[in-house]
Amino acid sequence: MKAAIVVFPGINRERDMAIALEASVGRKPRMVWHKETDLDGLDLVVIPGGFSYGDYLRCGAMASQSPVMGAIRAHAARGGHILGVCNGFQILTEAGLLPGALLRNANLRFLSMDCHLRVERADTVFTAQYQAGGVFRSPMAHGDGNFFADAPTLDRLEGENRVAFRYATAGGAVTQEANRNGSARNIAGIYSENLRVLGLMPHPEDLVDPLMGGTDGKPLFDGLVAGLTDTRAA
Amino acid sequence: MKAVVTVMLKAGVLDPQGKAIGQALQGLGFEGLGEVRAGKVIELEIAGSDKPTVQAQAEEMARKLLANMVIESFKVEVA
Repeated sequence: MKAAIVVFPGINRERDMAIALEASVGRKPRMVWHKETDLDGLDLVVIPGGFSYGDYLRCGAMASQSPVMGAIRAHAARGGHILGVCNGFQILTEAGLLPGALLRNANLRFLSMDCHLRVERADTVFTAQYQAGGVFRSPMAHGDGNFFADAPTLDRLEGENRVAFRYATAGGAVTQEANRNGSARNIAGIYSENLRVLGLMPHPEDLVDPLMGGTDGKPLFDGLVAGLTDTRAA
Repeated sequence: MKAVVTVMLKAGVLDPQGKAIGQALQGLGFEGLGEVRAGKVIELEIAGSDKPTVQAQAEEMARKLLANMVIESFKVEVA
């Protein structure tokens, strides 16, 4: 699997993401500066977390207009896979590659803590190594992770089974208490229509090694390697 | 010409910042305060002297970048 991580000024989680990808892929991902415009030959483009362009105007707004976004759109248009984490999720919504928007957390606090995510479906390359309905732990760290979309958009996302993860208790109950940032319908991550673009607020890349305190996030990256390597061979 | 773009969260979109400001004002003892909404104001200097043209340019800038139409609405005033 050929993977690249896009680096915008102000991004600060690209090294965590590189460690997680290297651990699953077996080699270092390509790092792509935001001024580059060539993403040909890649299976996976990752937009990591951080504070691109200082979160000026709105989180992700500036990054969504940067030179590399044209290449990311082209990658999406030819059916390429994209993973956007945290600021990466915000950037994908600002760019219109995923619906909705991420608002300020409902309690106005920056939330830096672990959360639990319920896996809504296990038949995508992102979740193939999880169980549908299963729960995994993930760190999260954001001030603007409150997923919002109007009711028709939310109904469409649910109807098309495009909710990837919901904030839940460790036991898998989708409760208001587990929904710390106030996201609509506890939504922590969503897919594009073709299920090849995933955006989520929490950081599975930060829990991929026992030294990090667990490996709950590793199946996501292992699944990508298995799924996307098969696709290329076929 | 100067165009002033005011961007506000749409009605129905939770505005925790506005709510916090409202609570702080009540804490200061101000009474009779209803809903408080927070937004942003962006001033643009745009070359040209034809008001409708400048207005249209500023509106396009607002639609493309200054406002996120999923959650925000805007108004443009050209002076």
